Amino acid sequence: MSVNRSIRITGTLLLAITIAALVGPWISPHDFLERNVDDLLSSPSVGDMHVFGTDEHGRDLFVRTMVGTRVTLLVAIVASLVSLVIGVTYGAVAGYVGGRVDAAMMRFVDTLYALPFIFFVILLMVTFGQNFLLIFVAIGAINWLDMARIVRGQTLSLREREFVEAARLTGVSTARIIYRHITPNLVGIVVVYVTLTIPQAILVESFLSFLGLGVQAPQTSLGELVNVGVRQMEVASWILLIPATLLALILMCFNFLGDGLRDLFDARHSS
Amino acid sequence: MSLLDVRGLTIRYGDDTVVDGIDLFVDRGESVGLVGESGSGKSQSALAILGLLPRQAVVSGSVEFDGQQVLGAGADVLDTLRARRIGIVFQDPMQALNPYLRIGKQLRQVPLAHGLADGEDADARVIDMLASVGLPDPERQFRAYPHELSGGMRQRVMLASALIAEPDLLIADEPTTALDVTVQAQILDLLEDLRDNTALLLITHDLGIVAGHCEHTIVLDKGRLVEQGPTTSVFAAPSHAHTRTLLAAALRVDRGEVPAAIDGSTILSVGDAAVDYRDLQAVCDVSFSVREGETVAIVGESGSGKSSLVRAMLGLVPMSAGRVVYAGDALEGPVEDRAQAQRRDLQLVFQDPVSALNPQMRVQAIVEEPLCVHEPRLSAAERQDQVEAMLDKVGLSRKFLRRFPHELSGGQAQRVAIARALILRPKVLVCDEAVAALDGSVRQQVLGVLREVQAETGLSIIFISHDLAVVRSISHRVLVMYLGRLVEVADSAVLFAAPKHPYTRALLDSVPVPDPVVVPKRAPLRGEVPSPANPPVGCVFHPRCPKADGRCSSKVPALRDVDGARVACHHPNG
Repeated sequence: MSVNRSIRITGTLLLAITIAALVGPWISPHDFLERNVDDLLSSPSVGDMHVFGTDEHGRDLFVRTMVGTRVTLLVAIVASLVSLVIGVTYGAVAGYVGGRVDAAMMRFVDTLYALPFIFFVILLMVTFGQNFLLIFVAIGAINWLDMARIVRGQTLSLREREFVEAARLTGVSTARIIYRHITPNLVGIVVVYVTLTIPQAILVESFLSFLGLGVQAPQTSLGELVNVGVRQMEVASWILLIPATLLALILMCFNFLGDGLRDLFDARHSS
Repeated sequence: MSLLDVRGLTIRYGDDTVVDGIDLFVDRGESVGLVGESGSGKSQSALAILGLLPRQAVVSGSVEFDGQQVLGAGADVLDTLRARRIGIVFQDPMQALNPYLRIGKQLRQVPLAHGLADGEDADARVIDMLASVGLPDPERQFRAYPHELSGGMRQRVMLASALIAEPDLLIADEPTTALDVTVQAQILDLLEDLRDNTALLLITHDLGIVAGHCEHTIVLDKGRLVEQGPTTSVFAAPSHAHTRTLLAAALRVDRGEVPAAIDGSTILSVGDAAVDYRDLQAVCDVSFSVREGETVAIVGESGSGKSSLVRAMLGLVPMSAGRVVYAGDALEGPVEDRAQAQRRDLQLVFQDPVSALNPQMRVQAIVEEPLCVHEPRLSAAERQDQVEAMLDKVGLSRKFLRRFPHELSGGQAQRVAIARALILRPKVLVCDEAVAALDGSVRQQVLGVLREVQAETGLSIIFISHDLAVVRSISHRVLVMYLGRLVEVADSAVLFAAPKHPYTRALLDSVPVPDPVVVPKRAPLRGEVPSPANPPVGCVFHPRCPKADGRCSSKVPALRDVDGARVACHHPNG
């Protein structure tokens, strides 16, 4: 499959999922909190507008899945943006300034890497109570480390490039070199890396929610829905299968998109 | 019948025709030179002859080798042709050798695959071949990995692998372009000595090499064959305009006008400079000065420290000893610590214009940036005017303003780089191999721009180059460096007429002269430049010097005046 086609297909799919997640709950006659004791664990049917069926409280699974997708995508994108801003700034400064500053900054990153992540999250949850904001912090806190390392490595090689030397000779300030000469040349690798960070963040969020450490009921996310689904797996498999499939689909799309973009930027570089 | 018979060869990539209906013939034992500038299709033609073009290439026409059609031939036919009957030498031996295999193991594949020898016979044959291409201690090299050899040694290995099956035709694609000039002379000698009855198709951009080593010359331009004939008549009476352009752009090291020395006050001086990289001394005790309006060339082969010297002077790498004085003020520390007024007066132009321009910025932004920094009070319109005037001066029209670097040719990109360096009207311009990557005619234009600006503004130029023919045409004074030391300093008129140091003389003798009447000299130097990490004791040049005696290996010669030049040698003229 050609690079452009893979980007186009996965991009369209992701866009469709996002639109469905935004518009779906609004179109459906059901509310995501509305319980219906007469309609527990009903299988998917078009007649009463329960296209994905209902869960053990009689709530409409379609609406809940769409709301869950919203939450999952929001968490993933915001967390990735947080890691992008922190990681790029931190990595570019460390890489360009170099020397002792670089060594100190990168040892700090190494230290954070060494922290056991799950233990760290549990500690956060216990100390501050379960809080939506904490999930962003927790995921952002690990993702920016990778970003900073990648950006620093790239900056180290950019710094040696001759156009940077020309700028130094001309008298361009360090801040302006980082802003005008280094960062624009990082765009390719950063875009690719962000599209690969998003699925990572989705996985972490789902994992936390699955463990009961993430999003709390009645609020929901794909991970939380899978968690619920597992409990009903033998009676009503669709409660597990539908959100799990959607989760897998989203992850796959982002991974393909990332690969596609990487190939695209590689091709640009070599031509 | 010709050994190689190519008729109507056409190569297309999509709508792009890179080779357009070429006819060429190579007879047994004959040497044919295929010359052209970059993009003329000379390498593509060679790859087509070898059946090595990528799959996207659409090839038509006919390529017959010894009566056998090569185009569209199956893998079995090509396998017996390549290596067995047609030997190949590429430009970059590091790319052509497998870094994970020992030299011997790679070379013995040729006789083994073609059933010329088996087992120990093959090994013996490889070792013989390595000895005949002049590798010292061939048994040791047999077990060496490619990275353990120097560039010249690797190219010798490639030559050995191309000739080991005693092919009928040797195709050499820019075989010496990546090598230093004294090593190039050795490889060309070797090519001449080992060829015997093997025909040679030599692909090069260097008319000097063709003039000295080919009986027949073919000139390509933009995929078309524009001229062919015996080398002497092509050079003496070129019939096609493009050939005349190429010949006019081919500079000669042995004759032509030399810029006269310039009197003026000293604007920049460097005293006792040394540059160390960890335990490696790249530059050692170098002093020189530059006058106003003067072009000073720094000449030397790889490892001579010429780039390190100017980069330290400019503050891009730390100088471990010595001082730099510009217009009466000391320049100290890294470039970031220097006064803005000093920074704007010293500018640099790099060898590779593509990596010297930020790929994400348009030409306008690239040329304008120095103005934004140094003259922030200018309005956007005033900056625009200055940028346009500057581009005009380097011969680029306004339509280039909106282009990105990848939309420029090499020559255009180098002119943008020069415009950026000159827009602040610096007093000293350093050109680090600034024309080395350019084709002959484009090189002439760029040199012309530099001369013009110098005549107009009294700019001083430090011109780093390994190409003595270019140096002869542009510089007033020349510094010759070897292994980080100055070995000779003289006015161009003196240096080119009567070189004093044996190294300078060897350099001059090694440059191929684009004139078939001049019989090429045998390579004047043996061996290659030693590693600067472990320089020879005494005179650093003595292991390669034809005149070295006991004193040279013990006592370091100082620079002293000899007949109008300053020379560091115990035996100048002797």
